[in-house]
Parts: sequence; C-alpha cells; structure tokens
Amino acid sequence: MLSRTSASLYWMGRYVERAENLARILEVGYRMSQMPVAKNEGIRNEWASSAVAAACETGLLDKHGEANLNTAISYIALDEDNPSSIHSCLKIARTNARAVRTALTSEMWECLNDTWMEFNGQWLKSLNKHNVLAFLDWVKTRTTLFRGAMSGTMLRDEAFAFINVGGFLERTDNTARILDVKFHVLLPQDQRIGGSIDYYQWATVLRSVSALGSYHWVYRDAIQPWKVAELLILKKEMPRSLVYTLSQVDRLLGDISQTHGQRYDCQRLAGKMFSELDYAKIEDIYQTGLHEYLDAFLARNNALGAEISENFHFYL
Amino acid sequence: MTGLMDFFDELIQPDGSARAGKKQLADWMVTASRDMLKVRQTEAEALFRRIGITFAVYGEGGDPERLIPFDIIPRILLAKEWAFLTRGLEQRVRALNMFLHDVYHDRDIIRAGHVPEHLALRNKAFLPEMQGVSVPGGVYTHIAGIDLVRTGEQDFYVLEDNTRTPSGVSYMLQNREVMMRLFPDLFSHHQVAPVERYPDELLASLQSVAPPSCEDDPTVVVLSPGLYNSAYYEHTFLADKMGVELVEGQDLFVKDNAVYMRTTHGPQRVDVIYRRIDDDFLDPLAFRSDSTLGVPGIMNVYRSGGVTLANAVGGGIADDKAIYMYVPDMIRFYFGEEPILKNVPTYWCARDDDYKYVQDHLDELVVKEVAGSGGYGMLVGPASTREERDAYKERIKANPGEFIAQPTLALSTTPTFVDNGYAPRHVDLRPFVLTGADKIRLVPGGLTRVAMRAGSLVVNSSQGGGTKDTWVLEDEDAPC
Repeated sequence: MLSRTSASLYWMGRYVERAENLARILEVGYRMSQMPVAKNEGIRNEWASSAVAAACETGLLDKHGEANLNTAISYIALDEDNPSSIHSCLKIARTNARAVRTALTSEMWECLNDTWMEFNGQWLKSLNKHNVLAFLDWVKTRTTLFRGAMSGTMLRDEAFAFINVGGFLERTDNTARILDVKFHVLLPQDQRIGGSIDYYQWATVLRSVSALGSYHWVYRDAIQPWKVAELLILKKEMPRSLVYTLSQVDRLLGDISQTHGQRYDCQRLAGKMFSELDYAKIEDIYQTGLHEYLDAFLARNNALGAEISENFHFYL
Repeated sequence: MTGLMDFFDELIQPDGSARAGKKQLADWMVTASRDMLKVRQTEAEALFRRIGITFAVYGEGGDPERLIPFDIIPRILLAKEWAFLTRGLEQRVRALNMFLHDVYHDRDIIRAGHVPEHLALRNKAFLPEMQGVSVPGGVYTHIAGIDLVRTGEQDFYVLEDNTRTPSGVSYMLQNREVMMRLFPDLFSHHQVAPVERYPDELLASLQSVAPPSCEDDPTVVVLSPGLYNSAYYEHTFLADKMGVELVEGQDLFVKDNAVYMRTTHGPQRVDVIYRRIDDDFLDPLAFRSDSTLGVPGIMNVYRSGGVTLANAVGGGIADDKAIYMYVPDMIRFYFGEEPILKNVPTYWCARDDDYKYVQDHLDELVVKEVAGSGGYGMLVGPASTREERDAYKERIKANPGEFIAQPTLALSTTPTFVDNGYAPRHVDLRPFVLTGADKIRLVPGGLTRVAMRAGSLVVNSSQGGGTKDTWVLEDEDAPC
C-alpha cells in the first residue's frame, strides 16, 4: 500500500473517532450544565472543563472570552478555525477519504460524503442551543454508521488495519484525557481520593465514554472514583478502556507486521504499553498519583503515534 | 443565425415520427409522465452527489465541487452507425500514431511535403526531448478522445482530436449506471450494448505496452495531480475499476533508472504509468522546474525505456488545431486510403486567403485559438455581437497564426428533458479509442455532451454543457 494512502486512512480513522468523542464531551457538558450541582462552589465551570477535555480551552477562551453553552457550540461544534471542532473533523475525515477513495468501499465513502453534505448543507446553518442534543445524536449515529459500513463491507486488509489503528489510538487519547480532566476537576488536590463524591458528576464522566451502563454491570455497586478509574484504565471488557484500545492497536500493528514480514518499533512500543496495562493494578497507579500516571501515559501514547508515522513513512 | 438553420434531429423526423430503430424510445417518451421524469431527474442528481461524481472548479467562487448537468433522455446510435464510426475512428487514430512516430523520427511526411515543417517542428507541443525515442509498440495515443459531431443521417465530422489526457470516460460509465438504476424497464426493452468493460480494456491496453525491462506482470498505476484537479473523481474511478494504485507525484521516485512507488513496506517498481498530468508538469528536471506534481528524473527513465508513460510525452502535437487540418492527408499518405471520417473545413488565418475570408465572414464562422481547449476563448460568429466580432478581429490581426475558423455546423439535436417538457438540444460525441501494442480497443458508445441552453452550440462542461447516456443498439431488427 502507498505510504500516503496509509497516512490518509489512519487520519481518517482518527478524525471520525474524534468527531464522535467531541460529541460525547459536548453532551456531557450539556447535561452537567443542566444540573444544580454545577453551580456548587469549588466546581469549575463545566463548559470550561469540556473545553479542556476537547483540548481546545485556550482557543475557545481567546476567541470568546468565556466558556458557556453558546460559545462551546460555536467553537467546539461549528468553528472551522478550530482544527479539532466537529466541523473540522468531519471535513478532514471526508477530505482524507476522498484522497483515498480507491481504498474504501463505496458504502464507507458514501457514508462520510453524506455526513459531510448533511452537516454542511443543514447543521452548519441550523445548529443552535435548542437542537444541540439532536445534533450530537446525529453525529454519534453517523460515526456509528461509518463503523458499521466498515465492519460489514471492508476487506480485513492493511487498509482496514490502518483506519482502526488511527481510531483506537484516538480513543485511547480521548479516554485518558477525559479521566485526567475529570479527576482533576472533581478531586481537588487537598481532597483525599475516596472522599465525598458527587454521584451525578461521576455518572456523567462515565456517560462521556458511554460506560455508565457498563459500570453497573461490572461492579454492581455505587459509583466510586477508583472503580471508575479502574474501569476506564484496566478493564479489558470495556471498549473504551486504555487496556482494551491498546490491545487493539497492538493486534492491528501485529497484523500489518505479519503482512510485511517484518517487525516495527511501533509494534514493540504498543506491545510494551499494552503488557504494562495488562499486568497493572489500580492501587499501584494510585500510588504513582493518577494525574502523574495519566500525564506520562498521554506522552507515551503521543510517542506511539509518532513512531507509527515514522515506521510507515507517513511524512514523505 | 442559428434559428434559420435546419437541424438534424437524431430521434424525431421532420414529420414528427420517430426515426428507424428508435420508435420504442419515442413512444416511451410520449407515455412517460412529466412528474415521474422530474422525480427521476432529481434522483439522478442525488445519486451523482452521493457517489461524489463531481467536476471540481476551484478559484471561481461558489461550490468547488460541481455537478455536470445530466439529462435523463438517452441518445441512441444504431449498430450500423457505430460500425461505421468504429472503422473511421480506428483509421484516424492509427494515422495519428503513425504521424507522432514519424515526426519524432524520420519525418517522412514532412519531407514529402504533406505537413509544413514549421507547423510541426516549431510547434509548442513538439518536444525535442522525444526525438529518436522509441516507445513500446510505437504507441503514443494510448487513450484518445475523438470529438465527433453530426449534421445529417450520414454526415459525421471530426471536430477535434484529443491525444493528451482526454477526460470524460467516467461519465460515460456512471451515466449508464445511473440510467440502469433509474429506468430498468427501458433497458429490458432495448438491446443496449454494455460499456462496463472499459476499465478492463484500458488495463489490458496499458499492460500491452509494458517496457521491455518488465519481466513479470506489469505494475500499472494512475498518476493524478491530486484531489484539487477538476477530473480527480475520474482518476479515482479508473484506478479503482482497474484495481491499480492511484498515485501522486510525491508517491513516486526514480532510482537506478527505474521508477518506484513508496509503499508501507518499501519501494515497489512501477512499469506503466497512466498519467493524468500534463507534459509540462511531469518532470521538474526536464520541463517546468516549479512543478511539484511530477517526478524528478522520470524523463530519463522514460527515454531509456525503463517505464512507459501513457499517453506518450509530446503527443500534444497531434491534437494541435492547426495540425488537425492535415489529418486527412496523413491518412492518405500513410495508408493510401481515403479518410472515412470527414474533417470540418478549416480556415487557418496564417494563410493569406483564409485570413481574408475569415475577416470578411466572421459572423458565419466559429473561431478558435490553435492552442485553446475547453471552449475557452472561442467566438461563435452567428451568436456574437458586432462589438465582440470587432474585438476578435483585432486579436486575429495581431496573431493570425494563432487562430483557425470553421463554418458554424448545424449540429444535430436530440430531445432533452427541460423545465417545460422535451426540447431539442445540440449534442456531440466523444468516443474513447484505446491503442495497445497488440490492437485498438473501443467500447460501443462514448460521452454525449449536450448544450443545455436553447440554441447553444457549445457543449463543453466548462461552459455549462451537460451529458447524456449514449446507447449503441446491438440489434436493429428487434421489434419496435
């Protein structure tokens, strides 16, 4: 496969995933802003924390001065100048798809093309604070449809592997980031972990990674922060946990290596990161400090992305 | 004026009845309700958008990805008409290939005095880099698009030969796909010759011209300038249908007198490149040094036979509008045959008599720039104003050699679905002729372009022209 093609597939996978994650982040922001607890003292503005989770707090504040429902919709959903807005993600995903149409099935291409046309033709003009939930649902439906089209029509070849490596790597990044931001917000430094918590706040954290239902199934217990962390970091059954997403990156890079008959450094790194998570205990992670742990993890995840680009010659 | 000319309608005779072999379509058109056709027209448009069959126009404002208008009423050619065209097209394309080989080698036709030397050798499209270069199978115009117009039952003319990178074949194929989805019943009642094997024929043709250095199955790629090119959709479409890689210049590199593509598991040798970028941009070391679309060093590999480029470099000389005048002479010179397809009588302003005639009859003529294409910069005399003609006269006067003129042809019409029902609109036809080292391949049909504006004779998509599905009927004796 052409290196340029693999790069486009990888980024297409990342941006589709990112669009979906942004929709979840905004949905959670919306929910939290509707709750009385959000106005409690000691808890920062929920929209600002959404912007942090979406990795665009600085950009939003520079442009709009403050984070609220309107500016979050405007900046995180609609703004083309924000390279990580839903608008930009859908556009970049579609542009990458267009550049490698021959590597996609027509179902996948038409899904992304339709999504872009619907966004550009309708949502871009009509989105406001009254229909924002319908919009976020629509984004999630479209990305789900894309994954379904991919799962149902695509050859399990190198192209499939690159799209999914991108998707899972993005998901890893997103889960780690949300955990870090939320723990930071919900458990200020002076508060011991395991102290008093707000059930609704933690429920929304779980919701932001579609894990509220899963939590109850796995723990059959009230929501507790260390269990939330355990679920999202170490539970292999959980499709957005770090250990699961990395196991997939590791497996897919293994598939590519096998096709090429050669081992790559990125596969070694992914395998190492996965094994460490596989054998880790949540107590040890707390010992390190969750924030320090996630911070180091995000840096390694970035390094993994760079290694992949390097190994497969994404930058020509 | 155009209104006073008699136009040949390809479907309906002057008495209102259908022409032989076409009654069934005409009857269907009478029974089809206008509302149903409107719905189908909308569906067709949605399909084109959805599949992403667009024509990209950047830098003019508006939507950069535009649809070419599609008309849902097919245009029919009878089997015997197609057989005649096939013979004529094969003859013409063979002659163009002979000419290109000749002009870059012994120049017999020039020495024999049939083509003026200065016209060939001082032409901008003539590339000295290609002198004495042998191309596999002697093929230069691997893919040729020959633009034909019709003025009567038996009267077909060649309007232009496109021997560089003619586009439009994806529309020929997708128009058929869309028509089959929209009107399956029509196809069950007509014996329409299929066109879908075109990509297979193209691949076979390209494989047949693999360089001698290629020992295994040749690796074929399509080289595109990228997604901002107006024909990008077509590049992806053809690569996909042939099952070959779509590459850009940055994906290729030259090493040890061979061309390789950069893949995720190392360099892979490339044998045949169907390139959809112009000569000028192919190799920054040989031609335009500012080109970022090309592959540095590819010309050296090409000239020494390490890779095949299709179409051949330097082939533009054969679609020059002044050289066009000499194609019938080429056919007589190389084959001793009379041309089967006629040329449109052409006046070349470099000749004194022609110049005078053109200046005096501008209101009757179509004037084109020798180096122009896409319908840009042309003057349609009968549809022009006095001011436009006067301005054009000055342009010709300044550079007579740059202009040719042709009588305004009474282009045939065919019924087209417009806002208030059916109306005749002018059409042309671009069949695609594939030349391999082994043989010439043609799929029955081509791209029918239609001038959507009433009375307009300009069918170019850049000038608001649309397209139609073109049907070659296999069996004329079918009941109708």
